[in-house]
Amino acid sequence: MKFGVVIFPGSNCDHDTYHVISKVIGQPVDFIWHKETDVDRYDAIILPGGFSYGDYLRSGAIARFSPVMKSVVEFANDGGFVLGICNGFQILCESGLLPGALLRNRDLKFICEHVNVRVEQTDTVFTGAYQPGQVLSLPIAHGEGNYFCDDATLAELETEGRVVFRYSTADGQITDEANPNGSLRNIAGICNRQRNVLGLMPHPERAAESMLGCKDGRAMFLSMADALVQLLKARA
Amino acid sequence: MTITSEILDQHNITSDEYERLKQLMGREPNLTELGIFSVMWSEHCSYKSSKVHLRRLPTTGECLVQGPGENAGIVDIGDGWCAAFKIESHNHPSFIEPYQGAATGIGGILRDIFTMGARPVAAMDSLRFGPIRDEEANESNDQISAKTVARNRRIMAGVVKGLGDYGNAFGVPTVGGEVYFDPCYSLNPLVNAFALGLVRREQIFYGKAEGVNNSVIYAGAKTGRDGIHGATMASAEFDEAAMEKRPTVQVGDPFSEKLLLEACLEAMRSGAIVGIQDMGAAGLTSSSCEMGARAGNGVEINLDLVPQRETGMTAYEMMLSESQERMLIVAARGHERQVLEIFHRWDLDAVIIGKVIAEQRLRVTHNGELVADIPNLALTDEAPKYNRPMKEFAVASEDVSPKIAAAIASKSQILNPKSGKGMMTELLGYLLASPNIASKQWVYRQYDHMVRTNTVVLPGSDAAVIRVKETRRSMAMSLDCNSRYVQLNPREGAKLAVAESARNVVCSGARPLAVTNCLNFASPERPEVMWSFSEVIDGMAEACRTFGTPVTGGNVSFYNETEGRGIFPTPTIGMLGVIEDAKHITTQWFKEAGDVVLLLGATRNDLGASELLSVLTGEAAGGVPKLDLAEEKKVQEACLKAIQAGLVSSAHDCSEGGLAVALAESCFSSYGRFAIGAKLDLTEHAKLSGLADSATLLFAESPSRIVLSVKAGNVAQVKQIAAETGAAIVVIGEVGGEELTITCNGETLVADSVANLESIWSSALPQALDRPMQMAAD
Repeated sequence: MKFGVVIFPGSNCDHDTYHVISKVIGQPVDFIWHKETDVDRYDAIILPGGFSYGDYLRSGAIARFSPVMKSVVEFANDGGFVLGICNGFQILCESGLLPGALLRNRDLKFICEHVNVRVEQTDTVFTGAYQPGQVLSLPIAHGEGNYFCDDATLAELETEGRVVFRYSTADGQITDEANPNGSLRNIAGICNRQRNVLGLMPHPERAAESMLGCKDGRAMFLSMADALVQLLKARA
Repeated sequence: MTITSEILDQHNITSDEYERLKQLMGREPNLTELGIFSVMWSEHCSYKSSKVHLRRLPTTGECLVQGPGENAGIVDIGDGWCAAFKIESHNHPSFIEPYQGAATGIGGILRDIFTMGARPVAAMDSLRFGPIRDEEANESNDQISAKTVARNRRIMAGVVKGLGDYGNAFGVPTVGGEVYFDPCYSLNPLVNAFALGLVRREQIFYGKAEGVNNSVIYAGAKTGRDGIHGATMASAEFDEAAMEKRPTVQVGDPFSEKLLLEACLEAMRSGAIVGIQDMGAAGLTSSSCEMGARAGNGVEINLDLVPQRETGMTAYEMMLSESQERMLIVAARGHERQVLEIFHRWDLDAVIIGKVIAEQRLRVTHNGELVADIPNLALTDEAPKYNRPMKEFAVASEDVSPKIAAAIASKSQILNPKSGKGMMTELLGYLLASPNIASKQWVYRQYDHMVRTNTVVLPGSDAAVIRVKETRRSMAMSLDCNSRYVQLNPREGAKLAVAESARNVVCSGARPLAVTNCLNFASPERPEVMWSFSEVIDGMAEACRTFGTPVTGGNVSFYNETEGRGIFPTPTIGMLGVIEDAKHITTQWFKEAGDVVLLLGATRNDLGASELLSVLTGEAAGGVPKLDLAEEKKVQEACLKAIQAGLVSSAHDCSEGGLAVALAESCFSSYGRFAIGAKLDLTEHAKLSGLADSATLLFAESPSRIVLSVKAGNVAQVKQIAAETGAAIVVIGEVGGEELTITCNGETLVADSVANLESIWSSALPQALDRPMQMAAD
């Protein structure tokens, strides 16, 4: 089993993600340089948070054209696990692996704080270790996390059960007050139709160790590792 | 071109200085050379007015690896790891252009850290603005006119966004700091940026141009016309035309800086680099002559080879440009290609622009001509130094108690409407709503304070704490200065600032290790300002000696005055401490019902210069709180020993707003825990302190006090530790319930729900700042 964490110029959660996979859940992991095109040796690829290419044009808009992304798209289409966190989510939307876009936060400010997130779907390779409806405490840190898509796409996401996380109150209510950035239907994370690509704005890698006050995010990486074990067993 | 007195004026060079310049050069300079001298001899770069005083600071200590004089100070934190840290001001640019001024402030300090080989792992900011609340507006004083108050808000919003956007994109967590408001900062906001990085002891790099004939490499962003004469601008007071100086402010690009960081660290690890320095103030000029001077060599550069953003730039413009995100590197012989390739891999410019020479000179050619040829030392060590005239002023000693009593009496109608909660409860609410005390969440929510996943104590507690992943240790850091104290009594005020920063770090469970400082003052050409500077140095030196914390460097910012009005002297202290074991990390918040609350230290009649006086009368007056350094040391020792013995649930120091504010803050909610009340009785503490007056007991700002909460079973041991250390301690109550009640001698002084108090405290800044954007009035 091998995880890969992509380094785009301007990625800044690459080391944090690498740390969680190697030290916290103890799985093999490598960095993938954005100019690489061969990703065949990986079983799961993570696009980390940060400000790829400075996010000057639009978050994730330039990263999608980097050489590695062509391979990541193929990798995902072949069923490989792809997790996009924060800027990684923005890149997944820009690259078309996930629908919709992330607009500027409702109050136009960057927001860094812990929020509550309700787990909506547990039948993805990223959320198998959670309970349905479980409320997680996860940090967000973004200026552009306001999820938006057209009505048809929204209906599709809802009917196909592809909204994986929603911002909620501590007891799991989906309210406007619990929505930090104005996202449609409090959407914090979505997956693709095949359920092997997940993008989310909160940072599970920042909530994976009790020393940091919360380890609700750890199960996301454990879910991926478990799913990979199953997959590799099935293949063998 | 002949150098006329008009040209000298434009360069802020006096006729005496010009005589010295000619003597050192042995001839008349050309305009490019004059420009180079003007920036290197500016107050900002040369420390010409401060150097004679800075020598009195203690700069040696066991932990010290690198003291003042390099890009940043470095201390040993154990297990082969070192911390590089420094604070620097970007006040003048932030007034002219808040967003870019602040952004390039954090950009500059981050480069100072990674140029030493250290990866930046934490940032903090000390910010000061004029009043931001409309209700404080008063047209009779233009420092607080409605227009100025609106402008203060715009400056604050711009500064916070600038710091956030740069630090967030770069990927350094901004973990703490301080924000203060006073009318004296209305036209002189202060932006002091602190950064800290980690480096292995054997991997530290220095800004030295070693090895004659080694190549000098320019790496990073291209040079443009921005920021020309930034250092000179920062070395003069402002007048009405200040806004015309906007082009002297640089423009920051955190993306380039992030690439530069990764490329520099990679190049350093490759072993191909001999010396490196960032191009900060005075850009290419300061980096080339300082690197040469430190190594006893010289540097020769050819400007034709410098990557340029614009065409037709003159030698003068290139040498004085302060374009951001640039580095000057001396490569090891034969490894030049390796360095260039690393930078190119990160899509950055990197070219060889010159070489190290044996003569101690800065030699610059452009279009095939020698355009500058200056002895290095003339620009650095031999720059003018002034022992400027000083004039002592009487430090304040007034007892403000009668003033406060009168103010309370006259305001009783306003302060005590129909709540029936009593005067002291009303006053506490009034203080909690004061922007100096209110929650700073509005600010730190805009900073990514968690990236790098080391932030163990989130913003809001006494000190920020980050873990060092590679060791068991953590680092605590705090920025502190109550400039009101310093204004009224410079020497004592400086001591109080050092004492508070050490106390904050101790409250988090850390042993204070070393200090960096940012000395913000008005014009050094005014004798009373210079006297207060000298007093501050002596006060700081004495306090630092007491705590055994050497000064590792810092920054002096003079001329913080506009239209003849200066700021309060503001020596911001940045204290670094080490927590030996993660299990000793302590926060200020009460943890559990049933825990016993103790107070270390005594309260005195210290209402002078207090926040209470300020919110009641708008005045900064009276004798400052009395600090006994020996007593302070005992209190800190007792606190740290109790924490290290595993006996303490929470520790919070008393500062602005006094004991009552400290107690309320300990009750407020924090991440992962709900707010919790406390029931306190100050009778015994009042007896011990010899005090009867309620306002004094609750709101006096006596230093050397720490509120502890401990498990009931630990009380005896904690008392024992305090007794052995010689610190006063009494039990003052118990944690629990939803109310904060404080009684004394059977009388209820404060009684309110914690939820209500917390709502006052947390809504003050959003109420003042989150309003529909107003159009610029100027």
